[in-house]
Amino acid sequence: MAFVQNFPFFSILLCMFGGIVTSVLNKKAAKWATLLIAFAVFVLNALTWRYTLQTEGSYAFMMGHFPAPWGNEIRVGRLEAALATLFSLVMFLTLAAGVFNLDNHAEPQKQNLFFVMADLALAALLVMLYTNDLFTAYVFIEINTIAACALIMVRQNGHTLVSATRYMIMNLLASATTLLGISMLYGITGHLLMPQLQQSVAALHQSGQYQVPLTVVILLLTVGLGIKSALFPFHVWAPDAYTNAPPVSAGILSGLVSKGYIFLLIKIYYRVIGIEVIRAQYVLNILFVFGILGMILGSVSAIRQQDVRRMIAYSSVAQIGYVFMGLSMGTQAGTVAAIFHMLVHAIAKPALFISAAAMTDASGEHKSFHFLRGAAYREKAAGIAFTIASMSMVGIPLTAGFISKVRLSTAGMSQPGFAKYIILFALALSTLLNAVYFLQTVVHIYRRPTLEEQLTAPCPLRPMRKINRLALLSLSALTIILGILSGPIIQSIFVGLLSFS
Amino acid sequence: MSKRNRDWGNTLQGRFLRSMRFGCEPLDSLLVQRLDASRDESAVRALEAEDTLRELQQNERVAMARDKQVDFAQDVLEWSQSKGRKVIGRLYALLSIVICVTVIVLLMETVMNMPAFGSPAAPANNEVAARYIEKGMEETGAVNIVAGMILDYRAFDTLGESTVLYIAACAVLILLRIDRQKDGTPTQELIAEEADDRAFEPENDRILQGSAKVLTPIVLLLGIYVILNGHLSPGGGFSGGAIVGAGLILYLNAFGFARASRFFTYKTFTTVSLFSLSFYALAKTYSFYCGANGIPSGIPLGTPGAILSSGLILPLNICVGMVVACTMYVFFCLFRKGGL
Repeated sequence: MAFVQNFPFFSILLCMFGGIVTSVLNKKAAKWATLLIAFAVFVLNALTWRYTLQTEGSYAFMMGHFPAPWGNEIRVGRLEAALATLFSLVMFLTLAAGVFNLDNHAEPQKQNLFFVMADLALAALLVMLYTNDLFTAYVFIEINTIAACALIMVRQNGHTLVSATRYMIMNLLASATTLLGISMLYGITGHLLMPQLQQSVAALHQSGQYQVPLTVVILLLTVGLGIKSALFPFHVWAPDAYTNAPPVSAGILSGLVSKGYIFLLIKIYYRVIGIEVIRAQYVLNILFVFGILGMILGSVSAIRQQDVRRMIAYSSVAQIGYVFMGLSMGTQAGTVAAIFHMLVHAIAKPALFISAAAMTDASGEHKSFHFLRGAAYREKAAGIAFTIASMSMVGIPLTAGFISKVRLSTAGMSQPGFAKYIILFALALSTLLNAVYFLQTVVHIYRRPTLEEQLTAPCPLRPMRKINRLALLSLSALTIILGILSGPIIQSIFVGLLSFS
Repeated sequence: MSKRNRDWGNTLQGRFLRSMRFGCEPLDSLLVQRLDASRDESAVRALEAEDTLRELQQNERVAMARDKQVDFAQDVLEWSQSKGRKVIGRLYALLSIVICVTVIVLLMETVMNMPAFGSPAAPANNEVAARYIEKGMEETGAVNIVAGMILDYRAFDTLGESTVLYIAACAVLILLRIDRQKDGTPTQELIAEEADDRAFEPENDRILQGSAKVLTPIVLLLGIYVILNGHLSPGGGFSGGAIVGAGLILYLNAFGFARASRFFTYKTFTTVSLFSLSFYALAKTYSFYCGANGIPSGIPLGTPGAILSSGLILPLNICVGMVVACTMYVFFCLFRKGGL
């Protein structure tokens, strides 16, 4: 076994170890330790990705001395390695860009605990990407839920506590649903590892045994992970949580944490239940309706917001709608587009949250649009980052969002019957609505402030440092790189997905 | 000559030059002056009056619309405070009943279709469970199959579970810990909490202290026994740690923070969890690395049944036990007064 093959395992353990150690460090040391760990994880996963590109197929890595149906396992393929690389890079850049105003949001003595949560959230994300075992996935769903809740409530005011409570209630309901689904699946198959589960479920589907429990399992898992990833009708916790959390937490939550759950759902569809069985049920149709409704109603809600961060939060709901719409096509092309859109959103959303926070800070901490006039001149890097991320979310060529929208619509064209018209119409309408609120904001922040406003402009409490600006601009650069050189990544997603089923 | 000049004044060229020079056509301004002079004042007044009237009407209409809106909003508010509350409350109750009944019926139906509990033909009784039962003692060295399963076969899950406890403790710390100020002086909130706690603390409660004096050592010993014997008999780190934690909480309640903090402070908590979780993570990194790469790990399994046996399971049980005990104790302290 090549030494590189250990790297995913090392990166998971490194994050967990980092989470344990940062609790005794002071805030500065904790910050640097976490940044270092995130970067190391990025390097390790990038090497793994290169290794998987050189070799054919994927490999399973035993977590212990015992092989598949008895011990834990992780599985490493091109798709997992590519996503882990990009997600850990986004985590690193988000933390590097977003920590500048953490002192405004969190008590100094408790900031090392914030970094504990960030480390463990990254560990949970990696495990959800790599795991080959459904119960391990559940354990790390729990870690992710607690970490995400703590990331919200690290800022302690009334609004934040209320939204953290709401987050907790909704997400615990979802955890319970997921656990119920997993244990029922264990009851009817007797396995927890994904390859064995897939064989058993295929056999059950052939023989027609336990059909009702199987349908209910699919429903429970879909609803559970749907709630956790803020799918449209279950999204009620999301806008409050994203708005009231510290901006860097909001970026991590909407950009990365929710993606882990969606990828786990994709894994369950392709590697546990099998996409043929899923297609035979009607769950994809439900997801299709939810996705389309989310795309449109999320954007409509975003237009109506006065607070810029709330607008970005609602836009998140719309973007998750895109991902689920792609997933619900049930085709290879649709799922590839959905996964690529997941990446696009994971890169753009932290940039949006952090740059919006930087601009509101520079405008005297006013969050409504009225005060943001000319904010891009006050914090130039944030203005550029916001503009590029907005363009990516709208889907303007040369940005990554354009590629994912083209892919989604071409995948939609091959849908049978009436569905393709609905997909195209919804994509067009949603893009139009996205353009309305994002480009309006961009125009607004680049409007010259009047002389009076310039004179009365408050100076920010904690302006961004050079390193923060650099990280923020790197996120924008990543958006553009992904838009121009999307080929290799899409290739990795495509090949990885083929090896799933 | 003069005629020609007059004509020139009316050509395009001439008008252009004139407009350049004067800004506007003098002819036009003349016309305007003449018109102004001949304008009928009464007509102007009538127009003005009409305008004012129109404006008034407009204002009235706007005011009426606003009143209507306000009235409507008032009505909605009143309705929502009186009758609406009942109606919406009932609607919510009805909806929740419908959803609950649907879910209950769905799950009942599922349970009816699940394999019968304990049936030997159930899919859960397959080669996985068979190997745990038949070969568990041989492969892990633990007489307690459950300990062998959670700490050896599926040790990664258990590492995750201990991390769940640890991260939960950290989350409660974020939420409830009241910090001292930078120079070490207690904040107003901390002083208030301390005073509040002292008021409720039982001072010299003879019965409690007497029984705690007898019970605490027994409880702690039992907990330690359950942890240390985890690989031989039912029990292990999670259950033993919970017993130890309960013993510590009993001691704290009987004798107060002043005496408990002699041996258990915030530093104790961080040191113990740091040490045990790091040991767990490092030991398992080594063991997983060896297992995955096919290197013999060199950890002796010992003879099953002896107290020093079963490889890493004993030290891992101790680590899990310490984490669980600390977490329970810290939860209690934080909920009681926001600190240790």
